[in-house]
Amino acid sequence: MIQETVGSAKTRGVASIGRLPKINPVFFVLAALLVAITFSNPNFIEPTGYMNFLKRAAPLAILAAGQIYVIVSGGFDLSAGSLITLTVVGSSMLLDNSADATWWVIAVMYAVGLAVGVVNGLVVSYLRVPSLIATLGMMITLNGAAFMWSSGSPRGYLPETFRFFGRASIQGIPLIQFLPVALLVLLVVGFILFWLMHRTNLGRMLHALGDNPRAAQMSGVPIERVRIIAFVASSLSAVTAGILLGGFAGVSTDVGVGYELQAITACVIGGAQLLGGRGSVPASIAGALTLTAIFTLLNFIGLPKPTRDVVQGLILIAAVVLATYRRNRAGGT
Amino acid sequence: MNTKHPAIEMRGITKSFPGVKALKNVSFSAHCGEVHALAGENGAGKSTLMKILSGIYRPDGGSVVVNGEERHFTHPLAAIRAGIAVIYQEFSLLPERTVAQNIFLGREPTRRGLIDHKAMNDEARRALALFGSAHRIEPSTVVADLDVASQQLVEIAKAVSLEAKVIVMDEPTAALNEAECEVLFGLVDTLKKSGVAIVYITHRMPEITRLANRVTVLKDGEVAVRFDHVPEPEAIVRAMVGRDLGDFYAEPAAPQEIGDVVLSVHNAGNERLKNVSFELRAGEIVGFSGLQGAGRVALAQAIFGLSPFTEGEITLSGKPARFTSPREAIRAGVGLLPGDRKAEALVLMQSVVDNGMLTSRALSGLSGNANATPFVSAEAMEKLLRELDVRAGSFAQDIKALSGGNQQKAIVARWLALAPRLLIFIEPTRGIDVNAKAGIYHLMRDLARKGTAIMMVSSDLPEVLGVSDRVLVMRNGELVAAFSRGASEADVMLAATGEEAVAA
Repeated sequence: MIQETVGSAKTRGVASIGRLPKINPVFFVLAALLVAITFSNPNFIEPTGYMNFLKRAAPLAILAAGQIYVIVSGGFDLSAGSLITLTVVGSSMLLDNSADATWWVIAVMYAVGLAVGVVNGLVVSYLRVPSLIATLGMMITLNGAAFMWSSGSPRGYLPETFRFFGRASIQGIPLIQFLPVALLVLLVVGFILFWLMHRTNLGRMLHALGDNPRAAQMSGVPIERVRIIAFVASSLSAVTAGILLGGFAGVSTDVGVGYELQAITACVIGGAQLLGGRGSVPASIAGALTLTAIFTLLNFIGLPKPTRDVVQGLILIAAVVLATYRRNRAGGT
Repeated sequence: MNTKHPAIEMRGITKSFPGVKALKNVSFSAHCGEVHALAGENGAGKSTLMKILSGIYRPDGGSVVVNGEERHFTHPLAAIRAGIAVIYQEFSLLPERTVAQNIFLGREPTRRGLIDHKAMNDEARRALALFGSAHRIEPSTVVADLDVASQQLVEIAKAVSLEAKVIVMDEPTAALNEAECEVLFGLVDTLKKSGVAIVYITHRMPEITRLANRVTVLKDGEVAVRFDHVPEPEAIVRAMVGRDLGDFYAEPAAPQEIGDVVLSVHNAGNERLKNVSFELRAGEIVGFSGLQGAGRVALAQAIFGLSPFTEGEITLSGKPARFTSPREAIRAGVGLLPGDRKAEALVLMQSVVDNGMLTSRALSGLSGNANATPFVSAEAMEKLLRELDVRAGSFAQDIKALSGGNQQKAIVARWLALAPRLLIFIEPTRGIDVNAKAGIYHLMRDLARKGTAIMMVSSDLPEVLGVSDRVLVMRNGELVAAFSRGASEADVMLAATGEEAVAA
């Protein structure tokens, strides 16, 4: 009883403590990390340095900007990483080294992404399967599909026309010298997703759905439609990330492995509420950049990949703990 | 009445939270063998005062004296050891453990280093025996299997077994039905006789009349008045509210204010409702009364499409209106304010404006501008919130920081933006303090005057009678009686319970 009493006193808290600071702390963390990287590698402030960093971070940032839709709506999309794999492997199979096919293959991949998102949304909305399980099933299915499609031995490379998005840069731009196409894609996708999330009715419906689905339903929110759109946003962003990754990574059946968890981590670093109701597209993108910056820093220090995994796990937990702490301090549930 | 020194005495307690002065120079005492009622509106400072007594908060000024000795509790445990037990509205029992395990949590009797379950159950049974044979609770029952009233009794038994000299009960009847309340009252009497000092927090007048020896009313963090006897309920209410209650309810509708039929329900039913027929007209407020589970909420939810009618003819302004989803009902001009605001109406992490605009946005195109829907713009919503006198530091702040009354008004604004033909209020003033209640009643009447038909489902009988132009009574899923204005509580109760219960 004593423990309980203390606990409840804390959560009941004081009614009027100030609001959370207006600027999301992730932006300060990111800035600090970028300064740290610059110290350990002065070349970073050269355009080649930071542009390559942004180019490398772009797929994860795009993925996080899509994942945040599902998180805000109150779910998770674990199938995003496997959809990246399917996009890369599937494109290489369909293209079969023929450059002319690039455009229709991309169209086919977006259609596949649309279908995956709709199926995820339908299963969660109408069959009432928790999103964690539904998308886990989808993840296993898509990984299997990618493996079957390529018979386990994907073809070695994608044509240049396809790799253009992930690899090429627009040269001769004043001040920054060059602009990676991947960064341009990130800016465009990021802006669209930002606008939908933070300026339209859809965005407010997503927040309401994740905050209190019952209240949303009783207020007339078309909850099934909104949820399906959230999964579709995540899936289409995964296809986009897959196209970029196909550009700079090779073709293999494990390109997308672990990306879904990195994206979720990025969203959490960006301050997203894990059970829905609160989250921001720019902060999730900043979260993705932060995560990439941490990996870059660890790379400079010379830590191997398993250590990075450990760090990522710890960061995820720390971010959730910090978010919970801040929320409790703000006096609410 | 009691001349020896009080069991507890709080002298000149002052407490501030950032931005709010919660308590100003409050003195309060309780003697052994008395029930001291602590009344006041929500936010008057009752809970803060008790949290200081129980060591959860520390006062900024003043002192707490227990048995003539000044004490500074730094931890709730210290207060418990000093014999002060507080029973909160939300229980602190562990649902998966037995009654006995809960009572002895953290101080289990042991034998040779192991928990002595037999001794524990016996002791628990002795503590529970206070409640008499009418309400026997087996110590080995798992708490989750008990009803709310029994859980409350276990809480009290725990306090008793702690040998508490002072027991604070914070609105103990909030979750109890009438029979359960009686058991509780009997228990309070027993405790009083055994010499325990009881601080009884409530804003229900009949309970004060029934139980209290003294009454203290807090208002805005100060003692508004203290009675050394129990006065007329009106005197207490006046002290709580700070004004007379003459205009508590709004004027009823004049005959010429009642217009055409808005909702017509004919022989309608579903698994919870049988053969329901009635009409609601523009400009009138119709109250639905009945016991818990009589089908009033089921009827509201059926009209709203949440648990639809399966049979019958329902029309809204002449058009067929057997809705199968809330969205469909809302589109046709029906609004519903649920009884459980937190669970069914509020999106707590969103701002006041966002909450007000939720339905307007939901009915607009998904890619439309969230701050300028065809129904209402963000500026117009802020204006509406101001007109409804929603009090918030800023309408951009999260709605969870607002009081119940202000939250309810923000939800009213949500519907007003859509100008519904029919607005259904379920328990419109649940958890709302007295002043804000009057505000909601007047708001409902203003809406009716503007031509909205209003259906009100409420378990608060004086409210139903005071607000409604007509009262319809339900029992077992059927409409059993209709009263025009002026019916008495007895008339309505008779219809709601049926003859056999009234005879008893």
